[in-house]
Amino acid sequence: MSATAPAESAVENTGSRSTRVLGAIIAVGTPLLLLLAFVWSPEDDVMQDAVRLLYIHVPVAILTYVAFSLTAVGSVAYLWKGSRWWDTVAHSAAEVGVVFCGLTLVTGSIWGRPTWNTWWEWGDVRLVTTLVLFLVYVGYLAFRRVPADPGVRARRAAIIGIIGALQIPIVRYSVQWWENSTLHQQGSLTDGKLENLTLFTWFIGQVVLGAIFLWLLVHRFRVAWLEDEIDTHGLVDALEERRAEAMVGVDEAVGGPVDGRIPSDGGQS
Amino acid sequence: MIRDSLLVAGKDLRIEWRARVLTNQVAPFTLLIVVLFGFALDANPGTLRDTAPGLFWVAVLLVTMLAVQRAAAIETADAAQQRMLLSDLDPGAVFLGKMAALVVQLLALEVLLAAAVLVLFDVSVREPALMVVAAIVATVGIAAAGTLYGALAVGLGVRETLLPILLLPTLAPVLIGATRTFGDAFDRVAADGWAWLGLLGVFAVLYCVIGTLAYGVLLEET
Amino acid sequence: MTHAGYIIAGWSVGLGTLALYGWSLIRRGRNLSRQVPSDRRRWMTSDD
Repeated sequence: MSATAPAESAVENTGSRSTRVLGAIIAVGTPLLLLLAFVWSPEDDVMQDAVRLLYIHVPVAILTYVAFSLTAVGSVAYLWKGSRWWDTVAHSAAEVGVVFCGLTLVTGSIWGRPTWNTWWEWGDVRLVTTLVLFLVYVGYLAFRRVPADPGVRARRAAIIGIIGALQIPIVRYSVQWWENSTLHQQGSLTDGKLENLTLFTWFIGQVVLGAIFLWLLVHRFRVAWLEDEIDTHGLVDALEERRAEAMVGVDEAVGGPVDGRIPSDGGQS
Repeated sequence: MIRDSLLVAGKDLRIEWRARVLTNQVAPFTLLIVVLFGFALDANPGTLRDTAPGLFWVAVLLVTMLAVQRAAAIETADAAQQRMLLSDLDPGAVFLGKMAALVVQLLALEVLLAAAVLVLFDVSVREPALMVVAAIVATVGIAAAGTLYGALAVGLGVRETLLPILLLPTLAPVLIGATRTFGDAFDRVAADGWAWLGLLGVFAVLYCVIGTLAYGVLLEET
Repeated sequence: MTHAGYIIAGWSVGLGTLALYGWSLIRRGRNLSRQVPSDRRRWMTSDD
């Protein structure tokens, strides 16, 4: 107990110097990104102002794929080395990835309404593929919540994480052949017709949302780590705490009869 | 390895045959699904004929859930999995055997389902060969993925609810491919069914390989 | 600005969701930190 006592005064959260630096970047970058996206960048010839939605949609979509790749890498590394660190990376990346994947779908849908005149387009390859991916990783997260032996769960989750990545191309090609059409811009950001400021805004969006992504990932990792600590050591810690409380209780109880209250109570009743 | 697989497959099929759950419960359920689709789509012959390929495969996926649950239940009962481990069979062979048993069961149910769809939805088949080959290849893929995810969910308290959410998104490409192929075989859509068979084949091979490799990791832990 | 409603809705949903998610992570982290002795929070060691 004496070892933990000084820690009580320490910060009791999942922050650290690195996350505070990221936080500062986000705090400065977000207003800058908003100014760039809404005020300084020009409107598109075809999409008009709807292009402003892409400055959040595209970075988020790219980061979704980064997250799910990270889950696959973490899963492979876990099966290979058996280290809890990699398992936690896979788990955290999947959760952050699902949040980003959901946002990709929502922002894409909101962008599609004015641009394609529809909220949802079954004929679009990337749209349908992303939706299937979203469901796959929601399943992965559901699996991680199942009460089970941590080792067993981690191992099976790693297999699911690897399969999840392996099926991305299959889902993609099946959907592609299915409707054989796509409304999506094919590499619109690289065809050189874009204005410099548009490209710069996209780049800043990627940096700012990348910082947000990292910040969330680091915090999620630490939350998962703490949950794991409580899972494995929680019982021992709780027992120690109880024992300490019990000792205090005994001291009080021992001290009790000395001032003679218990006998007098007994006499009254 | 092939001998081991056949041994496991025979064992699973014998247990299933004796339990009669498939014939007494799952088979009537498949017929029930077909009837429900008929009610839901207003008994409009044109609509039913057009959607028959999709309805067929959605019904197969639903039935797959039940069959995989059954197969997993056999594993959990009487510590069967631990005994399998002690028996010194190759895990890959165990996987292939369990998968083969599931393929046989699903194909039997699909024959029933196809008969019901052909009669009740008034569908005529233009290319029976394509239909049969597609059904077999797609079923191998479904059974491989089903056996793998069944093993992943085995021994966990929430298996019944966990399995669909893991398995169904994974099977989305099979649903797309098999529906297109059947659409071609039924002459309902202008698609090249034989090309779609390639996708179904890739899926089946991929999941057979993953399953064979992963089953060892899964069996070790218990 | 054309499509102003869509653009504002998209950005607020996006940034709003991320902010909410971040906030929930911090809260979860605070609650859990209290239950774990600091010597097992590994990132604490590099921090002053």
